[in-house]
Formats: sequence, C-alpha cells, structure tokens
Amino acid sequence: MSLIIKNGTVYYQGKLTKLDILVADGKVKQIAPHIVAPADSKVYDANGQLVTPGLVDIHVHFRDPGLTYKETIATGSLAAAHGGFTTVCAMPNVDPVPNTPELLHNQIKRNQTDGHVKVFQYAPITKNLTSTDLVDAQAMADAGAVAFTNDGKGVQEAGTMYDAMKAAKTVQKAIVAHVEDNSLVRGGVMNAGPIADKLNLPGILSVSESAQVARDIELAQATGVHYHICHISTAESIRQVRAAKAAGIHVTCEVSPHHLVLDDTMITKDDPMMKMNPPLRSFADRQALIAGLMDGTIDCIATDHAPHSIEEKSGSMLTAPFGITGSETAFAILYTNLVKTRIISLEQLLAAMTAKAAAIFNLNAGVLAENKAADIAVFDLHQEHQIQTADFVSKGKNSPFVNDVVYGWPKATFVDGQQVQFPQLGGQA
Amino acid sequence: MIRKHDFVTVADLSNDQVLELVQRAEAFKHGASIQLKRPVYAINLFFENSTRTHTSFEMAERKLGMQVLNFEAQTSSIQKGETLYDTVKTVSSIGADIAVIRHPKDAYYQPLLQANLPISIANAGDGAGQHPSQCLLDMMTIYEEFHHFAGLKVAIVGDLLHSRVAKSNMMLLKDLGAEVVFGGPDAWYSDEFAAYGPHLSMGEIVDQVDVLMLLRVQHERLNQTDNQSFSQADYHKKYGLTLERATHLQKQAIIMHPAPVNRGVEIASELVECPQSRIFQQMTNGVFTRMAILETLLRAKNLIQPTSNLSAGADKHVINY
Repeated sequence: MSLIIKNGTVYYQGKLTKLDILVADGKVKQIAPHIVAPADSKVYDANGQLVTPGLVDIHVHFRDPGLTYKETIATGSLAAAHGGFTTVCAMPNVDPVPNTPELLHNQIKRNQTDGHVKVFQYAPITKNLTSTDLVDAQAMADAGAVAFTNDGKGVQEAGTMYDAMKAAKTVQKAIVAHVEDNSLVRGGVMNAGPIADKLNLPGILSVSESAQVARDIELAQATGVHYHICHISTAESIRQVRAAKAAGIHVTCEVSPHHLVLDDTMITKDDPMMKMNPPLRSFADRQALIAGLMDGTIDCIATDHAPHSIEEKSGSMLTAPFGITGSETAFAILYTNLVKTRIISLEQLLAAMTAKAAAIFNLNAGVLAENKAADIAVFDLHQEHQIQTADFVSKGKNSPFVNDVVYGWPKATFVDGQQVQFPQLGGQA
Repeated sequence: MIRKHDFVTVADLSNDQVLELVQRAEAFKHGASIQLKRPVYAINLFFENSTRTHTSFEMAERKLGMQVLNFEAQTSSIQKGETLYDTVKTVSSIGADIAVIRHPKDAYYQPLLQANLPISIANAGDGAGQHPSQCLLDMMTIYEEFHHFAGLKVAIVGDLLHSRVAKSNMMLLKDLGAEVVFGGPDAWYSDEFAAYGPHLSMGEIVDQVDVLMLLRVQHERLNQTDNQSFSQADYHKKYGLTLERATHLQKQAIIMHPAPVNRGVEIASELVECPQSRIFQQMTNGVFTRMAILETLLRAKNLIQPTSNLSAGADKHVINY
C-alpha cells in the first residue's frame, strides 16, 4: 500500500517548497506539487507542517550492552525517531567495548534487530578506549565499522594517534576524535573561568581541547586520513579547523545543539544538568561556534545523546557524570533558539542535520529523492510546546531543556515508509 | 555542594542531598581527596560500645587528614556526673572542631544544637533514633551496584521494630523511588511499616528483589520472654536466607546486612561471603560514606583548600560521558 504526505513545506533539493511526497514499497516514488494518489493510498496531511528528510545524528550513546539502566538500543533508537532522526551512529563506549570483529558484528546485528531507526556502529580506536593497543582496523572495517572513535576519552599519545590514523587511512575510514588532553583537564567539572571560580567548582581549561586539535590536524596532514572532530566547543578549535580546511587537510567537525544554545554564563548554580564534556564554554566561544556553523567550518550538528539515570545526574557537578540527552530535543531547541531568532536560516539548520551530516561518512541518508528510502520527519513549527520529562521515550531524562518552551516539536517520523509508533507518553503529543 | 554545620539525621535531607553524599562517597572511594587549610581536630565520643562504627569514623577522619583525639567514656567525667552538654562544651573549648557522638539517649543532640556550639556534631547513632551514617552507607552500596534507585525492589527482612536502620532506610528508599517490601516475624511488623510496603514471606521475597537487606536479630534489645522463646534454627528456617532460598535470587540481586552477622540465623554461614553478598563491601563503603559526611561539616566550617582534588577518579566506575 502506498502513502502520500500531502501539503507539507518540504525541504527538497536545498529549498523549502510546498510539495506532496508519494511513498510505496518503503521508497519515495514521487516528489511533486499536487500528486494524485492511488485510490488506496494512506494520506498523511502535513498542511502547515515542515517535512524533511529523516534527520541524521552521527553521535549517540546507547549504553547497550552493559549499562542498560541508562538506555538500550531499543529505547535510544526510539528516542532518535521521536526527535525526527532516522539514521544515527552509535558510539562504542559500551561494556564490553566491541573491540573484536565478532563483538562488532554482534553489535551491528543487534542494532538492526533492536533498532527503530538505521543505526550505524563505530569501532573503537584502541582496545579499551584508554589503552594504546590499537584494534585491527582491517578486520573492524570488514565487520562493518562506520569509522573509528574512542569517544569519551581523548587519545593521549601522539604516537598512538599517528598509528591509528595510518591504519584508518589504509582502510579508507575516518578517525573520529573526542579531543581532550587529560593533563589539562585537572579534575575540572565545568569550563575554567570566572563562572567556575565564582561557583567554587574546578575548571576544565579550553586548551585541553584546542591543543589536541592542533596536534591532530598536523597528524592528519601527515597521514592523509579523514579526521573528524566530535562536539567541537572552543573558538580556538574553530580557528584551527578553518585554517586546516583552507590548507586542504581532510578535517570535518560536528557541534552539539547544547554548545550552540548554552554557555557557561547560564550556569548560575551547581547544577549537574549543566555538566557535559566538553563543558559549556564561554559566551565568546559560543558565538565562534555559531559563526563556524554559518561559514561551513562546522560541517554538521550531532547531539552527543548521553543518557544517565536521574539519580546519577542529581546532587553536585563534582560527582555527577558528564552528559545530557539530545535526540528528542535537538531540532526544536535549535529551531527555537537559532532559526526563530533569525540567527541562521531554516535551510542552514536542516542542511547541518541531514545531507551534510550524512555526507561526512558517505551515508546513504539525509536526502529526499525519488527511489531513495522513504525516511521522513515532520515537525510543527507553529505550535508552542513546553518540554517535560514525560515527553521523553529515552530512558535518560537528563536534559537541561526541561521546562523550556519551544517550537518545532516533532510530529511524525517515517522509516522506510512506515510511521514509527511511540508508547503512550505522559506529556502532550 | 552540601554545607552543614552539624549532621545528625537523614530525615531532613532532600533526594539531591542524599545522592550527592552517596556520589561524594564514591568519589572518595575512587581517589578524590581534600586538603585542609589548617590542622583539624576530631573527637569521637562513644557512650555506647560500637567498635565497628567507632573504628570506621576514626579511619574516615584520618583519611581526610584530621587529627583524632581520644576519649574514654568509662574513665571520663561522665562517671563523675558531668552532663553531655558540659562534656561537649568542654572538648569544644579545648579546641576540637568536630565531635562524633554515639549516645543511648534518643535525639541527645537537640540541646547541643540549640546551644549553637562552635564544635560540629556528627551523629554516630542515638538510642533507638537515627544511625545516619549506616543508612547512607547502605544507600551507597545499592547505588554502587545499580546507579539508580527508581524501580528497584528492596526487601528489608528481620527485626524491624528494634532496628534504627530499617526505618530510615525505608523512608529514604521510598523517597528515592525504590519499592520497599518487608519480611520476618509478623510481630516485628507494624502499621508504621505497612505505610511503606507489604509484609511478605521469604518465599515471595527471594525471587523478585534486587536488594535483600537482612537485619540482625538484636538479642540485647529483646525482652527476656522473647529471648527465651527464640530459636535460632526456627528463625533461620522461617525468615533466614537459607542456602536453598539463595538459589532463587535473581542474577543481579545483592545481599546486605549491617553486621555483626549471626551466622546461621539471618543468613546461612556459607552465604556471608558469597558472590552476591555485599556485607564486607558495606564496611568498606562505611568509611567513604563517613568521609562524605565529615566533608560537609568541613565545608561548612570553610576548612577545605580550594585546590583539593575533588573529582579525581570520579569517572573510573561509571561511563561518564
């Protein structure tokens, strides 16, 4: 049976146009104005709503196996769908770390069986994320790794990074780097600076990121690898990526929604919901990130969806784990804070959440086109919505955006033409 | 960051404060440390015997870098009729910063708090009232295992009526979102407990709980008729964790006991050190919990160097991003 999504404002070929989309056999059959649908078609009336390619998130944590009280592949991927994402890349910091071809193969299989969206899987760079012992890059690539990353931990030794880049280059996969020099972190729990001093909380120096970015860009240049930086957060890192791109070095980077809309001046008290890694930086850093997104220095937006139990994220920033959820709030938060305020255009935002995100690893996603998979998201740009924890299908309720009033809340998500069904939620639909 | 000049009860703690203490205890366990601005003096005033709690507090004080003053209740002026207030005021005048007190009288600390003494009071147990450090070390042990409370099923089994810990634990656990059920002799279960959870047989309890919290039968607090009619073998068979019952525990379930254990009564001797038992881990955690409690007093007194290594090792135990 076919499906027609009618009268929506469709993000298609880089523009927003009033179009209909005809779907059959899980694929987009036709995108055109006023399509006359076959008589037995299901109709989704998207009048007044935004219709986009399913969003692409290349940075999520599903905690499965090992820490399934925080999230599972099933709940995390359902949360992704609930936020309008139909393609995600899952980080390997689960327990056990999928550091052998067998473990990675099993992880990929479970992503397929349990996943409600398309879940790609990263392999680790080193065997236990903190060691210097590299995984077998060829075997991991053959097993289906999308790229290599030790996300959550910076690769401390330049020599380890150099060897990892050389190995990744030979198998034509990217090195995806969480950049953090431990010797400059110093037990910090938020951005070092006047706010941390005022709150009497230990600070993380911003050079803990930018110094390693500088090192890695040189190593990327030397090895020729595709080097991708996770959740870039400082003005200095942006400056270096901009220069590296101009020099023709194969560097890409992502930014998280929270680093675009929050900064450390908004931390008014010891609040674990404002604790993430990298930390919320200064106002000036945030402005540099927005500028980087606008001029293309930043390639895409990725959530770093990091679910934790509500207990873990209570108490003090001194003890709570780093990380917040992002899958379900990303689009609405960015639309409300960046597009509605006319800082960036809706097209710019959508490009960074769809085609440009997919292009980083050449994923076949993020684009609406005839005969491609019917992965589609629908958002309501006009209805006001107050975010509540009861809205979330993720096990993680650790969002600093709870109680925010937003626009652009997701209405429906289709994966291969099938509308994803969500459990009855406490909040308004 | 909690700042409390005195720490006498868990009843006035918010969920956030409980979790912060538990997490601070975990951070200490994984290497966090503090530096003191000047030598700090602690004195442990134990008017009831409790080797375990006393030793644990002393270890916590020393690990935090405090100087520990000795106090012998048996040979002190208490024997000459000095009031508790005068004793505490005296050690405060001598220059002690923190008094850790265990006393048989319920809420002994009330008049001390009202007097606003410069010395900080940490309650190590009052009569049949509170035992806040034991309660928090139990929370830490559960948290260390599961990293959440919401939805956990916890059974508290045994001498509920005479237990200081059962009541504080059931209240905290319920506030934190856990489900509480009770076991043990009917006579030790009352309406007070019924408000928190049902009374179940051991058979019903063992295969559904995440945490099995066994309480010590406190012979010293039972009356003579009760004690005479008490049969250890009977108790074990009806209400104890027998070898057979332990086979029905869920894979993730843990066994806890505040100790000292009556082996073969509350729990089969072989199970005290079995893989699912956390009984000795509770003792270990007790030291770190008491460090976290004492830290809140030190913080209130502004005695901690800001350069302290506050969050060291906090990411060793959980995936932290």
